[in-house]
Amino acid sequence: MKNFLFELKEGLAISFMAIKANKIRSALTAIGIFIGVTSVVLMSTAIKGINNSFQNGISALGADNLYIDKWKWFNDEEWWKTRNRKNIDMDEYEKYRELAKLPAAIAPTVWTNQNVKNGGKSIDGTLLTGTTNEYLATTNFTFNEGRFFNEVESKGNRNVCVIGSDVAKNLFGGSSALEQFIKIKGIKFKVVGVLSEQGSFMLGSFNPDKQVYLPIGNIFKYFQSQNFRSVTITVRVSNTAMIEQTKEEAQGIMRKIRGLNYNQEDDFSINQQEGFTKLYDQTVGVIQIVGLFITGLSLFVGAIGIMNIMFVSVKERTKEIGIRKAIGAKKRTILSQFISEAIIICMIGGLVGLIGAVILSKVINQFLPTSFQFQAVILAIVISLITGVVSGFAPAYSAAKMDPVEALRYE
Amino acid sequence: MNIINIEHIAKIYQVGTEEVHALRDVSIRINKNEYVAIMGPSGSGKSTLMNMLGCLDTPTSGKYEFKGISVSQMSDNDLAKVRNKEIGFVFQTFNLLPRSDALHNVELPLIYAGVPSAERKERAKEALLNVGLGDRIHHKPNELSGGQRQRVAIARALVTKPAIILADEPTGNLDSKTGEDIMTLFNDIYTQGNTIILVTHEEYIAEHAARIVRIKDGLVERDETVENRYIPNGKKIFTSQS
Repeated sequence: MKNFLFELKEGLAISFMAIKANKIRSALTAIGIFIGVTSVVLMSTAIKGINNSFQNGISALGADNLYIDKWKWFNDEEWWKTRNRKNIDMDEYEKYRELAKLPAAIAPTVWTNQNVKNGGKSIDGTLLTGTTNEYLATTNFTFNEGRFFNEVESKGNRNVCVIGSDVAKNLFGGSSALEQFIKIKGIKFKVVGVLSEQGSFMLGSFNPDKQVYLPIGNIFKYFQSQNFRSVTITVRVSNTAMIEQTKEEAQGIMRKIRGLNYNQEDDFSINQQEGFTKLYDQTVGVIQIVGLFITGLSLFVGAIGIMNIMFVSVKERTKEIGIRKAIGAKKRTILSQFISEAIIICMIGGLVGLIGAVILSKVINQFLPTSFQFQAVILAIVISLITGVVSGFAPAYSAAKMDPVEALRYE
Repeated sequence: MNIINIEHIAKIYQVGTEEVHALRDVSIRINKNEYVAIMGPSGSGKSTLMNMLGCLDTPTSGKYEFKGISVSQMSDNDLAKVRNKEIGFVFQTFNLLPRSDALHNVELPLIYAGVPSAERKERAKEALLNVGLGDRIHHKPNELSGGQRQRVAIARALVTKPAIILADEPTGNLDSKTGEDIMTLFNDIYTQGNTIILVTHEEYIAEHAARIVRIKDGLVERDETVENRYIPNGKKIFTSQS
């Protein structure tokens, strides 16, 4: 062990001397690795960031929720098979709520898109979610200020609302939105709560940051009739282990409410966020793999550059190798000298690449969420190390197996 | 004491379809503190013999014992060890590492021997001092004259205290005056009790040695003791050897 450390130390010292002697060449070669490591680390950082954001979004909405809906959300079947299903209405929701024993919370939801205003500022096509006070218990929402609307406000269909963080930012800028009023279709609603950022941009317009929550009766009163759209019943499962039982219970109750015979198919669907995840994996997952592959290619090109330069270097220093061998360098010593030279070049490129990735990820974070973590540091070091060993091995081996007599004769 | 014992060695190279018999049948014994010159015209096989003696190459057949240990069947790594510990090379073209200073060049065999840094530097400095280069230890080869470079090479050869010094045309690239200085240095090293093998094709250089082995066509033509060897009278360089 002591012997090995000695050889390592001396080998590194010799390699550093050789790199210093060829500064420009070494620097140019390291650039290839720098670009490769930067792109791979950046890519993995972006992937991590997007995944985190998606997971946050899913958990903000409640990862174990069931959604009893007219539609099957992630459907492989033809849409016309479910087209003629009856809308789920508020009566059915009430009956289900009465009969269901297993869920932790149940809330009806309806959606509509409207223009939302505060004075001169307005946002077109904001998603309004109409629901009851119980909806809060189906989510993991956190608040910047205020609260969700309460049972009294919900049952009395008071003109109150809870707004997402983006909505608050756009309508009220930096100032507090609490106790302020927003106007929807000319009707005033008092803001009782502002959500903190839920960070789920992957969910598009379903992102809670971009929504306004109202007591459900207001939606029917001002924006659309009760029968215009089906109600979606959001069901919070008491714990993950209960998902299947809760689902079966819901199916049983809904069939009973709808009065279906044993030979009739369900005319409703019980959806899960699992579908979201699957869809996400299918599309984003493929993009990620392709992205990593392409950035991996740039690293590969860098590695070939190193290998090429190392071969040239070995050829150039044939005489030196001969001298070293005559004086007593073993095969292993020569091998490790050249491999460590390749590793040092890769490490320099890799560390600079890491710094580049940190800076770039800060820049990209302005547009896309990136998540720079300690793993990225390890990733960069491991990548550089492996690239160095892999690209340095063949040239180093050709140096190690040189015949000292021939090498000494080389001019 | 017998250091080198070569019995009936032969070396055959395959050049294309042709077999080249570089050495046919050579037997030599060299004892401790001998000063032997190996002479021969080019193509005689003396370079091959030198590579063999220096453990840079192994014979096709025959026996080579170095200090009583057979080296003709040794692996590359074991040969490297023998070269490192027992043989000090001095070449015609000096063969110093161009980018390293004199001190690092002399340190090199000690690095491969696993000597720790502080001790190594001390020993390398001393070796350079002994060949009269105490004030040049941080000069690179291109900042030194030919004679000085050869002295660095000699310091590198001596620093491991090897069993033999193997010099291959050591004055071939030097003018006659500097060559005389180097031969004086060799003479001093020899009189200090070292064993020197000198490979040359020049009669007057060979006459510095106490024994001349003449090689021709891969065979020993003559092996003679020199009655009145030439004692060079160049500049005294060698100070002492501890």
